[in-house]
Amino acid sequence: MLFLIIKRILLGFITLFIVSLITFVGTEILPGDACTTYLERQAFGEQLEACYRRLGLNVPAYERYVSWAVNAIQGDFGYSLSGEMPIKEVLGPRIKNSLVLASAAIFIGIPIALILGIVTALWRDKLPDVAISTVTIFAMTIPEFISATLLILIIAIWLEWLPGIVIVPTDVSFLELLPNIILPVIAIAMIMTAHMARMVRSSVIQVMASEYVQMAILKGVPYWKMVFKHVLPNALLPAINVVALTIAWLLGGVVVTEVVFNYPGLGRLVIESISNRDLPTVQALAIILASIYVSINLLADLMTLMLNPRLKTLQIRK
Amino acid sequence: MKINSIYKEEKKSAFQKVSEVIITMASRPSGFIGLSILVFHIILAFVSPYIAPYDFKAINPTLMLQAPSAEYWFGTDDLGRDVFTRTILGGRTALTITFFGSLIALLWGGLLGIFCGLVGGKIDDIVMRIVDAFLSIPWILAMLLIVSLLGTSTEVLIPALGFFYGKGIVRVARAATHDVIAKDFIVSARARGHSNFSIIWNEIIPNVRDAILVEGAMRWSWMLLGFSSLSFLGFGVSPPTPDWGLMISNARGLMSFAYWAVIAPIVGLSSLIIGINLTADAFAKALGIDRSTKAPV
Repeated sequence: MLFLIIKRILLGFITLFIVSLITFVGTEILPGDACTTYLERQAFGEQLEACYRRLGLNVPAYERYVSWAVNAIQGDFGYSLSGEMPIKEVLGPRIKNSLVLASAAIFIGIPIALILGIVTALWRDKLPDVAISTVTIFAMTIPEFISATLLILIIAIWLEWLPGIVIVPTDVSFLELLPNIILPVIAIAMIMTAHMARMVRSSVIQVMASEYVQMAILKGVPYWKMVFKHVLPNALLPAINVVALTIAWLLGGVVVTEVVFNYPGLGRLVIESISNRDLPTVQALAIILASIYVSINLLADLMTLMLNPRLKTLQIRK
Repeated sequence: MKINSIYKEEKKSAFQKVSEVIITMASRPSGFIGLSILVFHIILAFVSPYIAPYDFKAINPTLMLQAPSAEYWFGTDDLGRDVFTRTILGGRTALTITFFGSLIALLWGGLLGIFCGLVGGKIDDIVMRIVDAFLSIPWILAMLLIVSLLGTSTEVLIPALGFFYGKGIVRVARAATHDVIAKDFIVSARARGHSNFSIIWNEIIPNVRDAILVEGAMRWSWMLLGFSSLSFLGFGVSPPTPDWGLMISNARGLMSFAYWAVIAPIVGLSSLIIGINLTADAFAKALGIDRSTKAPV
């Protein structure tokens, strides 16, 4: 068991190592570097070389990779090119803001998704299922920027209930942030909830069709007791993994949502740093977002492992 | 006699098989709706240049932000361009780019996945590690980086999208290959001395094709979503080209008094994505691939 956990964590680190290689090589082989972008037309001769020296671009690529990686492990990502300030300081408040947004969406989304998924599965192909499933298909497939735009149009502009865009400084306190994040949270939670509800639905349906549930029905176990004691524990276990994947997949969607609402989080930083060709920041963002993805998946795997007694014994026997 | 009849039954032409699948898809209400929307959009993409009432890039300052009228069905935008014309033309680029992108994704993802599933061992381990690493980089970051450095021409967007949406197919194709690899007909093909290539082409591909195609159809809708997000962020097709993502992002700032310019492209894009999604779902069900049932190998 312990061996398995350690192996899983090691695999996560290997993945992150490859990600760092990919982003480094990727930014290296693509045409144009920080200096040519920064100096634009004056990018030749003395000035270009001075810039290379200043940014340390004159040493071979592999040496730069090693020193970058060693610093990155210690949480030091170097200096951003556009703001000329340590990336660490740029990232700090952004990560906090994005975490507020994401965790609010998750805390609202997961319970609703569970209820919707279970209801649609138990009343499969009946009216509640058809109605809820139609809504979830819409919520799931419509791009984030469309649902966010519609939310702004209807709730902020036509009904004038909430502010449409977030106009706050990056390092704002949580309480000041709260009224501003309601719409972005709804926009993100909607898509996430729809995804998860569908996963839960198919998982519950699968378990309902299994032999031991049929057996329980034949034995005369009361319906709701059977649902809560026999079906749900088994159905929700595989859903954990899928939920983790959904959350990780939505990292991309959060970027778009943050741009629509002008929200000062990681997502907008992605767009800003790419528009400015701020490659050190882009590298740092890639590693951080990949770490979030890897750790969410790792957490989900470990949770499944802990919660599933069958898996535990199976692995020990192996 | 009996063997003969079974043989005949399996020897359906490709056309027959395809039409059977389509009929099964259309027999469910959701599949029928999805297919109709998709077919409508595809036909529209072909005929829209001929039926568009105005020039999509004709700027007319005297007609700025006109409300919908008999003359301009969906009104005009901030540059006085006809929104109806731009809306019916707006899906062409997205459909073309994502269609070819999905084809590329299917090809390389499917073949690499089958290859990895077949050979296994060290090569498989290494390739899957790299695929995992690519999966953990958010698509939007990678796409934005490529597009901002290489430009937003079609020749960049199609391979870039094809590459980034293919990595998920690698896993599906590999898993599907693992399901068939231990079957007797593979073992006997090996015993007959067939090469790896012949086994992939004659034995594995016919058996994993359905699973990969369904995955490809799903990727198509995701790719469309990704592509229009790029356009929305200003990293997709470049301005005068009519594109829904771009139109929404342009009209968004003015939607407090000119909502029609933003509603029309929203309806266009949403209906296309929902259409592809419903079609992909129906396609999966028609081929018997569902989460609750295993693929009939």
